[in-house]
Amino acid sequence: MEISLTVNGTEHTTDVPDNSLLVEIIRERLNLTGTHVGCDTSQCGACTIHMDGRSVKSCTVLAGQADGADITTIEGIGTVDALHPMQEAFRENHALQCGFCTPGMIMSAIDLVENGKPLDERSVREGLEGNLCRCTGYHNIVKAVLDAQDKM
Amino acid sequence: MTSETGIGAAVKRKEDARFITGAGHYTDDINQPGQLYAVFVRSMYPRAEIRSIDVSSALAMEGVVAAYTGADLAADEIGDLPCGWMVKSKDGSDMIQPPHPPVAVSVVNYVGEPYAMVVAETLQAARDGAEAVTADFNELPVVVDLASAHGADQIHEAAPGNQCYDWELGDREATDAAFASADHVTSLDIVNNRLIPNAMEPRAAVGMYEAATGNYTLYTTSQNPHLERLILAAFVNVAAESKLRVVSPDVGGGFGSKIFVYAEETAVIWAAGKLARAIKWRADRSESFLADAHGRDHLTKAELALKADGTFVGLRVKTVANMGAYLSLFASSVPTYLYGTLLAGQYRTPAIYVEVQSVFTNTAPVDAYRGAGRPEATYVVERLVETAARELGKDPADIRRLNFIQPEDFPYETPVALTYDTGDYDASLKKAIELIGYDGFAERKASSEANGKKRGIGFSCYIEACGLAPSQVALSLGAGVGLFESAEVRVDVTGSVSVMTGCHSHGQGHETTFAQIVSDKLGIPFENVDVVHGDTGRSDYGLGTYGSRSLVVGGSAIVKATDKVIAKSRKIAAHMLESTEENVDFEEGTFSVTDSNQSITFPEVAFSAYVPGNYPLDELEPGLSEKAFYDPENFTYPAGAHICEVEVDPETGKVEIVNFVAVDDFGEIINPMIVAGQVHGGLAQGIGQALLEHAIYDESGQLVTGSYMDYTMPRADDMPNFVVDTTVTPCTHNPLGAKGCGEAGAIGSTAAVMNALTDALGVVDVPMPATPETVWRAMEGE
Amino acid sequence: MYRFNYHKPDDMDAAQQMMADAEDGVYLSGGMTLIPTLKARLASPTDVIDLSGLALSGIELADDSLTIGALTLHSEVAAGNEISSLSNLALAIGDAQVRNRGTIGGSIANSDPGADYPAAVVALGATINTTAGAIDADDFFQGLFETALKPGAIVTSVTFPLPVRAAYEKFPNPASRYAVVGVMVAETNGGVRVGVTGAGPCAYRQRNFEQALADNFSVAALDGLEVDYAEFNSDIHASAEYRGHLVGVMARRAVAQIT
Ligand SMILES: Cc1cc2nc3c(=O)[nH]c(=O)nc-3n(C[C@H](O)[C@H](O)[C@H](O)COP(=O)(O)OP(=O)(O)OC[C@H]3O[C@@H](n4cnc5c(N)ncnc54)[C@H](O)[C@@H]3O)c2cc1C
Ligand code: FES
Ligand code: FES
Repeated sequence: MEISLTVNGTEHTTDVPDNSLLVEIIRERLNLTGTHVGCDTSQCGACTIHMDGRSVKSCTVLAGQADGADITTIEGIGTVDALHPMQEAFRENHALQCGFCTPGMIMSAIDLVENGKPLDERSVREGLEGNLCRCTGYHNIVKAVLDAQDKM
Repeated sequence: MTSETGIGAAVKRKEDARFITGAGHYTDDINQPGQLYAVFVRSMYPRAEIRSIDVSSALAMEGVVAAYTGADLAADEIGDLPCGWMVKSKDGSDMIQPPHPPVAVSVVNYVGEPYAMVVAETLQAARDGAEAVTADFNELPVVVDLASAHGADQIHEAAPGNQCYDWELGDREATDAAFASADHVTSLDIVNNRLIPNAMEPRAAVGMYEAATGNYTLYTTSQNPHLERLILAAFVNVAAESKLRVVSPDVGGGFGSKIFVYAEETAVIWAAGKLARAIKWRADRSESFLADAHGRDHLTKAELALKADGTFVGLRVKTVANMGAYLSLFASSVPTYLYGTLLAGQYRTPAIYVEVQSVFTNTAPVDAYRGAGRPEATYVVERLVETAARELGKDPADIRRLNFIQPEDFPYETPVALTYDTGDYDASLKKAIELIGYDGFAERKASSEANGKKRGIGFSCYIEACGLAPSQVALSLGAGVGLFESAEVRVDVTGSVSVMTGCHSHGQGHETTFAQIVSDKLGIPFENVDVVHGDTGRSDYGLGTYGSRSLVVGGSAIVKATDKVIAKSRKIAAHMLESTEENVDFEEGTFSVTDSNQSITFPEVAFSAYVPGNYPLDELEPGLSEKAFYDPENFTYPAGAHICEVEVDPETGKVEIVNFVAVDDFGEIINPMIVAGQVHGGLAQGIGQALLEHAIYDESGQLVTGSYMDYTMPRADDMPNFVVDTTVTPCTHNPLGAKGCGEAGAIGSTAAVMNALTDALGVVDVPMPATPETVWRAMEGE
Repeated sequence: MYRFNYHKPDDMDAAQQMMADAEDGVYLSGGMTLIPTLKARLASPTDVIDLSGLALSGIELADDSLTIGALTLHSEVAAGNEISSLSNLALAIGDAQVRNRGTIGGSIANSDPGADYPAAVVALGATINTTAGAIDADDFFQGLFETALKPGAIVTSVTFPLPVRAAYEKFPNPASRYAVVGVMVAETNGGVRVGVTGAGPCAYRQRNFEQALADNFSVAALDGLEVDYAEFNSDIHASAEYRGHLVGVMARRAVAQIT
């Protein structure tokens, strides 16, 4: 099956098996390994990317469903020299330890800030329900998101 | 410069740049040209004899390259997965270590145990192939229940009564005598619930073999690559250590579960050699649930004997510990040397006696999980102390103060084999009491009650022993490896520095902390120091990262190596400045001659070491690179006070943590930001154990909590905002004065939560995890 | 995942024809239930027919009802509409990423015992519009993952009569966050209705609560009422008895919201 999709601003056309997942295309075809896989039941959120501007779990999207979509991954939101305010806030607030959940967490957090109501501590915690982190106890992640909200 | 990035500064982490931009390199991100994919075929039975395995249909499938069983590994003399700590029973006999082939040969003993491996050109083909493997099993009686495992059907021929060992520590007679003379005895039956570590990155391995050289390279998710290599070489027999390179690239959390050498990477590296092709394996999360080593799982009867005034006179503890189906790498040491030895807690209890019986069951192996033994010990002691206070009508803070080991008592020898070097337990408790506003609790309780909620407060004053040491003591007690750490400080020609460590960071931030130490000591910019870890090809031997040892042992080795660099540099500088060593001062990166204005910078010295024009070649070798091995003389003893306040919804039983304060004494702190982060993460795991997490096997031996649909992971909205603070009594026996902070959160918090909950409900005990239904039933008086 | 053929028809007829032609076909909407099932190899359809190309999305207000297209996302319903209890319910489904993909049609067609929407469908007396005709809420949910949907038929939309007042209360499963028990209490033009999800094999009406509330719409009216939990679900997170207890608690809290 041939699909076309725009990833981080670049259009790609690729031939993939019908049963491939978006995350496989991102990681294996496009070699964008910042998007992680942490579970097989669509719960952990490590694979979160933006599809047409909204956060989705790329492990739970079929290639065909992503045909024609505009995808943004962690690699597409900022660079080391020009970080996205959310990336910056994660670093400033020590909102990551092992870094494995971080790309998904940042992608969810950006959607939460951009597409939702103004956030307080409680609503950040609820808004990140779909992202598991085993390292940070979430404390600094919540701080980072509130901090980034002011700068976005 | 040093003030902003040196020791004690909350420096932002070096490693973050790659993690926040998606440029981290985890094992699953590594791909080799022409690599194959491995999938393991796992037992659906908790216990069965393998009559036969048929891989022929798998082999016939398109894309399948090979299918191996345990017999194939055995034919190549691949050895068993060993246990690295020999514990002896009361009668002096050795513990029982049943055979543990990486891939099952004749029996399977837990659901998820691998009995075949399929290797194929694509992951899809490997999965299809794995499904096509058929086997004929003869199901055997299953042992699941921990309480009745001793004496149930015998799992291993070598282990009568399913007993691994029956161990003791302390003075039984003195303890019995103390109980006989006591005014009051508090006793509790305690269940320490079984947990699944769940680092967010699933385990993975990429194995490679180069036929022309005979060299193997294994990329894997290990907390201790050198140990992995040692075991694969010396015990498992894959190849000589010199032919084997093990690399742990970025690793997405460990919490103990990635210390151990597992079946999968063993089979992958062996098969890579057999096929002379790269092979990749990554666990599905469901495999992690089944086949990562689990944690905790104790049944305990604990009794505390007191005088009427609340003075502790004796402690008696009897524990049954679950080892699971086989002995994982450090399984035997967790409920013994990391548990029994900690039962003195922060108190002057004069007589302590503990017995631990470890047994086998048809469940996944159980081994170290964040805290490893120390959370279980703290839970026993702190639940007992709080309960005793209630029974005697004492304030929980007062009864602790009455029994604390006092600052002037150090060094303090406990009745359970440890010598605490230093501490000030009341200082932490006092600060925690202030931070939580203990005075205002009654008022807060009243206002909760007015809102129809129950409120409770609970304390936990824990102690832990970190940086497992010294080697000779541990070796005499049965450890199979040394407990030192290595470091190399390699100064480049231009004065930048690479620091090689045998520790491994999988979230702890060593690249930052270790760089702070070296840049501070050498007076060079923080940016100019790079920390290299996780590669047996790049650093000398090392023991990896576990037990909060990295800073206290690895960091101390780095200090030692850095001191050697400074010593040599001083000699060079003296030569260059035409002075003598004694007359050369070194401060903030500059060597200067005492009482003169002559000076020279560290980079200038480094340059001269490699371009030795003006250099004392007759006395000194050129170059500036120093190694050190550091073997600690004692454990370190972080300690602290955690106080928790909960609110309970009496209609549903839902518990909310409304206040949590942790005040910890980690000795000297290199980076307070990182330390606080470590505490937060540990607290979430400790609170998770108390309220959410539970690995459950049903009676038939199936894992019920095999995915995030059923195993409750702490999420952001389950956690409160934490208040964390520190007090400092420097460790007396390492050069940094540091004690280690990696596990404290998980060690202290669980008891604080459960003490708060039982206080709110006015009951003696609630089983963990205190799920809404469990709490609801406790309120109904069940 | 096993191998399958993926199709993306652009009209309803083509979709149904593909289903008829497939050896073992399955419709796909948001995929938030189907894809995890496929990944776990718990289903092995030959053909997956993606409905996302059909024009079945959107929320339409009529005089006395709200019609929600089958492909409307949970996040779209959660964003707000004339039935605030329904928005609140949608906001309580899963997590943000799930709400950005999952659809009302998929949720209702799937009839997971822990799904939230079915409580609203039952409590508001909705009509499920399908390519094989309209089905009344009271007839739709028939058992564990079982509905009155005809084989091969597609849910096209759901029509919710506007209630006089309604509220939803959910007690989530601590691990999965699906409903252990979810209760919607609604005063509709056809009387008081109480829809319960999570507790039993599928959503149902708690008739004794309805009667009590019809006489006296107050929290007190529910005091002491029995919930027969004999047939309720029971798992490690909640026994049948506890679920029975929660039905009462959640119903009282829903009533409290709107009185
Ligand atoms: C992590 C996670 C958490 C979740 N939590 C919750 C929760 O708290 N509450 C809750 O209610 N749900 C929850 N869900 C489920 C979610 O709401 C699903 O979106 C929903 O149940 C199915 O909708 P879908 O559009 O994704 O359907 P799909 O997964 O695409 O399909 C589901 C089933 O319905 C059939 N189907 C789909 N659309 C139609 C149609 N129009 N006509 C006929 N048949 C159709 C499919 O063939 C399939 O059998 C959760 C899911 C996940 C992954
Ligand atoms: S990988 Fe866990 S939700 Fe996608
Ligand atoms: S930083 Fe390790 S899982 Fe979040």
